[in-house]
Amino acid sequence: MRGAIRGFCRQRGLFNPVMSEKNGDFVVRFENVGLRYGLGPEVLQDIYFDLRPGSFHFLTGASGAGKSSLMKLMYLAMRPTRGSISLFGRDIAATSRRDLPALRRRVGVVFQEFRLLNHLSTFDNVALPLRIAGAREQELRKHVEELLTWVGLENHLKARPPTLSGGQQQRVAIARAVIARPRLLLADEPTGNVDDRMAYRLMHLFEELNRLGTTVVIATHNQQLVERLGHPVLHLDTGRLHTPSRNADAAEEPVATDDGPPLPYDPEVLNYL
Amino acid sequence: MIIRRTDLPLDRDAHARFLPWLIAFMVFLAVLALAGVLVVNRAVERWDTGISGTLTVQVMPSQKTGDGAAARQRVLDDIMDVLNSTPGVITSAAMSEARILELLRPWLGDLASDADLPIPQLIDVTIDPDAGVDVSALGRRLAIAAPGATVDDHRIWLDRLVRLLRTVEMVALAIVGVIGLVTIGTVIFTTRTGLAIHGEAIQVLHLIGAHDAYVARQFAGRALLLGLKGGLIGFIFAAPTLMAIGYFGERMQLEAMPVDGLGLVQMALLAALPLIVAAIAMITARVTVLRTLARMP
Repeated sequence: MRGAIRGFCRQRGLFNPVMSEKNGDFVVRFENVGLRYGLGPEVLQDIYFDLRPGSFHFLTGASGAGKSSLMKLMYLAMRPTRGSISLFGRDIAATSRRDLPALRRRVGVVFQEFRLLNHLSTFDNVALPLRIAGAREQELRKHVEELLTWVGLENHLKARPPTLSGGQQQRVAIARAVIARPRLLLADEPTGNVDDRMAYRLMHLFEELNRLGTTVVIATHNQQLVERLGHPVLHLDTGRLHTPSRNADAAEEPVATDDGPPLPYDPEVLNYL
Repeated sequence: MIIRRTDLPLDRDAHARFLPWLIAFMVFLAVLALAGVLVVNRAVERWDTGISGTLTVQVMPSQKTGDGAAARQRVLDDIMDVLNSTPGVITSAAMSEARILELLRPWLGDLASDADLPIPQLIDVTIDPDAGVDVSALGRRLAIAAPGATVDDHRIWLDRLVRLLRTVEMVALAIVGVIGLVTIGTVIFTTRTGLAIHGEAIQVLHLIGAHDAYVARQFAGRALLLGLKGGLIGFIFAAPTLMAIGYFGERMQLEAMPVDGLGLVQMALLAALPLIVAAIAMITARVTVLRTLARMP
């Protein structure tokens, strides 16, 4: 199966994580990064940090501290005003625009405002990353339905996002971010609109992905969640990154929880990116 | 290129609904203009080939009537000898007086039958257009054989007529070109509006890892469909219009300047116009999207 998947990836020019990420490489590396919007003041200043493969971090900070801006830099929605960013060992400044989509496919993003496509059904929203990666319809259908069942939306496959509640939309956004089993998962307040039970269930999903090798960064205000799960924290204060509460460089074993059933799909089958 | 499922709701864009009708109007005009170009081109080529394959030898009355019928026949025989011995001359035949009078009647009316009116002798000569007959040399030889005999290869008036028709042809082609540019401009405008309307969704696709070509394919597929729809509507209206013009044109045309209708190749070209316009719309949309998205990070 693994050989077949690698062949699939090679045929489509897709990333093969097993070959590209060696021990000691960083998934994300920020060096002296600064960011300003237009001619305004710097919203991020002198940011240095590295994320090793398989690490799990929370990103905390008050509103306006620069969490979303830092996330945008990581999911390549913006370029820094100064400094250097490397993603999966590639210097972004030196990467041609043509190669950026392949990098972006390795990053799953849960946007704070969900950013679902309102004209598409729940199913089609979640299937989007796989379709973009070139997966065949018969391949993706089973996995999308399983994942939507796992996040409790099995009865809303054809529903349009505007007809869903905030919590349901958030789960669709999360399912879309993880469906292609990204190597880096960035989530901006992913549990902000769901009840505690669903919040821990979703965190369990992130931790399962993390256990399978996905590097996870979750921006959150939920201090209770941060304390309970005990992962290292990157704290932003007025645009400056403070020393993590634990060593951010260290790849760590994620905290095991007993919330929810195991992952709903075979990650090998979804290893497109 | 035609894709049934799209990630962008391009089929719901109100601004794109007028595009097929605008393309239909453009195709309608383009079919008429191009048909005009093709008909004129065919007529010019026919006249050019047909007339360049003929000469008219004219013997003025002073020579013709000098010494009576016998002398006139002798002059005619001399001219025929010269013509028949000229390489490239296929046939030569003296026109009957009745035929000459018939040709003159539209200009002279009943005066043409007046016995006192000097009528020149005319000889129709058919030559091989590819033989390279030297008309000037032939004229000199004829003048020696029959002083006053002249050769008319119709080139002077034909050249003027051809120049006029070529100008008409160029104007019609320019109209087709302008129609094409307007169509391209409309597709660019429609595509840019679509890009602005769906900017948020495009950005999401972009951040999920879609290549520019992935987004461009959706716009191009939509433009192809709208272009085909508009092109077919325009052609459906243009075809009967062309047939009506052809019918009335056939009734009005002069016998001396016959105009052929459209051949199979020309008709195939006109029928292909909707496809060509649809392809132009598709390529324009694709290029517009790619150029616009290239400015995204």
